[in-house]
Amino acid sequence: MAELTGTFSRADVVYVARLARLDLEPDEVDRYAAQLASILDHVAAVTGLDTTDVPATAHPLELANVARPDTPGPTLDRDEVLAQAPRVEDGRFRVPPILGEAP
Amino acid sequence: MNQAGAPFPGAIATARKVRSGETTAREICEAALARIATFEGAIHAFNTVTGELALVTADRIDAAVAAGQDPGPLAGVPIALKDNLCTRGVPTTAGSRILAGWIPPYDATVVRAVAAAGAVIVGKTNLDEFAMGSSTENSAFGPTHNPWDLDRVPGGSSGGSAAAVAAGFVPLALGSDTGGSVRQPASLCGVVGVKPTYGLVSRYGLIAFASSLDQVGPFAATVADAAALLDVVAGHDPADSTSLNVGSEPLAERLDEGVAGLRVGVISDFLADASPSCAAAVRRAAEVLGAAGAAVEEVAIPSLMLGLSAYYLVAPAEASSNLARYDGVRYGLRVDAPDVAGMNSRSRAAGFGPEVKRRIMLGTYVLSAGYYDAYYGQAQRVRTLVARGFAEAYRRFDVLIGPTSPTVAFPIGARTQDPLAMYLSDLFTIPTNLAGHPAVSVPFSLSEGLPVGVQVLAPSLGEGPMFRAAAVIERGADPGARGPVEPRLAEVGR
Repeated sequence: MAELTGTFSRADVVYVARLARLDLEPDEVDRYAAQLASILDHVAAVTGLDTTDVPATAHPLELANVARPDTPGPTLDRDEVLAQAPRVEDGRFRVPPILGEAP
Repeated sequence: MNQAGAPFPGAIATARKVRSGETTAREICEAALARIATFEGAIHAFNTVTGELALVTADRIDAAVAAGQDPGPLAGVPIALKDNLCTRGVPTTAGSRILAGWIPPYDATVVRAVAAAGAVIVGKTNLDEFAMGSSTENSAFGPTHNPWDLDRVPGGSSGGSAAAVAAGFVPLALGSDTGGSVRQPASLCGVVGVKPTYGLVSRYGLIAFASSLDQVGPFAATVADAAALLDVVAGHDPADSTSLNVGSEPLAERLDEGVAGLRVGVISDFLADASPSCAAAVRRAAEVLGAAGAAVEEVAIPSLMLGLSAYYLVAPAEASSNLARYDGVRYGLRVDAPDVAGMNSRSRAAGFGPEVKRRIMLGTYVLSAGYYDAYYGQAQRVRTLVARGFAEAYRRFDVLIGPTSPTVAFPIGARTQDPLAMYLSDLFTIPTNLAGHPAVSVPFSLSEGLPVGVQVLAPSLGEGPMFRAAAVIERGADPGARGPVEPRLAEVGR
């Protein structure tokens, strides 16, 4: 387990911003490093607690595989959905190249 | 009789008059729109006012009444919807630039429910971006002002909905409550706000923030009106896999049964951390319940105080996952780049505001390799401790009471530079969400002219006793402690 120091470095901000696909400005990196460190410092109140033998609660309800009958029904209108997309081509969403290939 | 400061009586009274033909939905709707036109410039409760659409709906209700049909229990009642509830054909922004101009292709289940009950939707209310905040200052479209004091926040994140009811724009509104986002603004605006049991109200079409915590809830000027709206929106929805399938009896019918014999616990840990005026309101509300026949006792539940820290690990973690969908591909803002990853990153950087970025990064961090168990896993175990603390208390008590907010409404700008100070606004509301329980904030007193709410908490599906206690507290509240109010435009030169 990594050591929890309650600090949040510039490198940490750059790392999570990349994971979260957020293109940050340099001044944002400094600001968020300080703010996230202060928040993590506060939540250290719970990271130090002894929770041996305490099970995790992920959700307030105990749910297991809720499924509806597999029957056909109405779906969203395709034109209405595509009308909200930034770029559309031939009834599909258009995006820039994914693997460096020209479209 | 009209509510003070509003151009209409309460929701139940309005619906009765419209159904009986004593008044028309159009008349009520025009009065609501006129009041909005007068004060909205100073309040900014709405991101969108759907005036024309509302009048069309109102005329349809009146036509139904004229044809001898019953338009439903909320016939002709103006209602405002938090702008994170999807409305087909009407812009829905979640308070974010990334969704500015987006028009949903479907309605949230609760939107259909209120429309089917005859309510008239007059607009979409302002909120902290993606419901992340406690003051409505995190909206990309500017803050909402508290109708009691225009220089103060209305609370948040459902600040627009709370302000719309408090300003007398509408008798009813819907918000969403992930860590207190209905109850805290209700307390700061002197109105009733309810966070229902998790799963009681469908989340289908509610723009997701933290899915294991989010719940849609009503705002109203009175406990009875709030119960009437909850009765309309509660119920099983096959479109929401976390929707409870339980038959629940209507709350409105048994509101006035009182609290004789009800066991009420006053959460002492909350009193210790509240401002003197907020703690004093709770003690007086406890006396009101005692005088009405309830057995009232103080109870310490120390584990509840761990809730805030656990919440600020769990909620950002879920948010970082839920907000991954805003990638510039299918809807919302796109900022172009030579490759798709660059397009995603630039779109999200330009579209999200600072608080949303903070929470996404915090959530990404606590879920990342090496930190998952120490932060997210630990928060989930602490969530169990919070639920156990409640469970133990509910063996001795039917409901619990405490302050809703540690303080009254604070000045606009007072907490924006310190995220942690803002987070502490939700200290007393968060444990309820972690446990999936219901709670309600009831306006009770004034402190230096600003409203103070008292919170009633109950175990899962304990809405019945919770509302009965709320109704008794409401009857014992100080006169003038609840909205609607007349916003004082002249004093601040607006």
